[in-house]
Amino acid sequence: MQTLEENPHNIKINLAKILTNLLHYLLPWTIPTLIIISWQLASINGLIESTILPSPWQVVQTTITSLQSGVLEQNMAISLYRALSGFVIGGSIGFLLALCTSLSQTLNLLLDSSVQMLRNIPHLALIPLVILWFGVGESSKISLVTIGVLFPIYINTYHGIRSVDSNLIEMGHSYQLNSWQLFWHIIIPGALPTILMGVRYALGVMWTTLIVSETLASSAGIGYMSTNAQSFMDMSTILMCIMIYALLGKLSDLMAKSLETSLLNWQIKGGMING
Amino acid sequence: MADTILSIENLSKKYQGKVALNSTNLKIKNGEFVALVGQSGGGKSTLLRLIAGLEPMTSGTISQNNQLIHGINSNTRVMFQDDRLLPWKTVRENITFKKPKNSETAEVVNQLLERVELQGFADAYPASLSGGQRQRVALARALFVNPEILLLDEPLGALDALTRSKMQKLILDLWQERKMTVILVTHDVHEATKMANRIYVVKNNKIEATFENPLAYPRTDATCTNLSTTILNKIIDQD
Repeated sequence: MQTLEENPHNIKINLAKILTNLLHYLLPWTIPTLIIISWQLASINGLIESTILPSPWQVVQTTITSLQSGVLEQNMAISLYRALSGFVIGGSIGFLLALCTSLSQTLNLLLDSSVQMLRNIPHLALIPLVILWFGVGESSKISLVTIGVLFPIYINTYHGIRSVDSNLIEMGHSYQLNSWQLFWHIIIPGALPTILMGVRYALGVMWTTLIVSETLASSAGIGYMSTNAQSFMDMSTILMCIMIYALLGKLSDLMAKSLETSLLNWQIKGGMING
Repeated sequence: MADTILSIENLSKKYQGKVALNSTNLKIKNGEFVALVGQSGGGKSTLLRLIAGLEPMTSGTISQNNQLIHGINSNTRVMFQDDRLLPWKTVRENITFKKPKNSETAEVVNQLLERVELQGFADAYPASLSGGQRQRVALARALFVNPEILLLDEPLGALDALTRSKMQKLILDLWQERKMTVILVTHDVHEATKMANRIYVVKNNKIEATFENPLAYPRTDATCTNLSTTILNKIIDQD
């Protein structure tokens, strides 16, 4: 007797599903793969000078060498430490500040206009000042990332809380929720989509700030590796650093996206966004 | 004769000095279905919100079962025109909001969902439901705590004619089954005459007229026409 799985029609459907899924995963990688292959071929055929742009294979070899010597891991660890420390500090300050200004009218009057004024100063313009204050050590890099991350988190948390549907808050009052219950059951879930949007944006700012600050003034980190390589005309190391930044950026974006997917599951299941 | 469940005396409400409700008196008996009709801005929703305790009164008293009401009236539940469901909670979680999850509450929810014809939707999120379905969830949520008085603030205003008619029947059936008191605010006079057994015309921020509605249920548009016309004339009359 033929089982359901053995039915040729079902096998065809399963095969089509597998192929569709495979295509779904592979399609985004098509253009980067084609660029790398073309780049490699152009390098092999002498169309691109290795002193101008080393081949992808040379970049891979440099990466392997750097990994074997331990230099890459060491510098990556320093960069990650700076990025994460700045993100946690800046994110926490921005979040707490936004809670104060969005939930208390008095604190809003006291703080918001000052925060809005500071927000309009490009944080990278503070680099000379931060170097003078903190030198080229860890504090300057972490401070810059902190300032960069603080404002997107502040703005999105503030906006998210202020935009929570007032009818839902009234519904909470009619259920006699106390302030904490109202905050936990209605305000935070209602503001979460906007807050997470801020987190995702802040992650981008975090990497940009780190790259600039490590490139300008540093004695360790990926940015330092890149600047150091520039002095020796070591093009493959410079490209390796750029690739690592791109990969770390993509990785943090994927993490933020998966956080959104797990915390905002109701939007996907409710059909509000296409998962 | 049924006892008075809700007694309102000299109730007034002002918003920034502007009168929204002026020295209103009202007595509602246990188990009645009462409708407040009138044009927008007349004060009917203000009166309902004061009964629910969603607004502080400027002067006067509201007492339910001879107990003065201060703040949120926990023996009532309000159903609004917008469903006010929490989009991040499932249908079941919305209905049992703030109540502990146990087999007893789960059973009550199942019975309510069956009654509002939404069995199988317990784990759905509000965004995946139609407007009519969402209002039925809001109705189930309001009934979950067995309120003494169900307050309906134009709950069917945003629904299409067919869904509206079905919802009117559902609310009437539930009122008769549960023998609760219902206060309906609506600008639709036909809806009021089809559903309520007493209709108050709220106009110029006070109750201008009262109409008894002795028509037997189920009522049709045809049987309600005469009373609807009389009430409508009263609403338009002195403007």
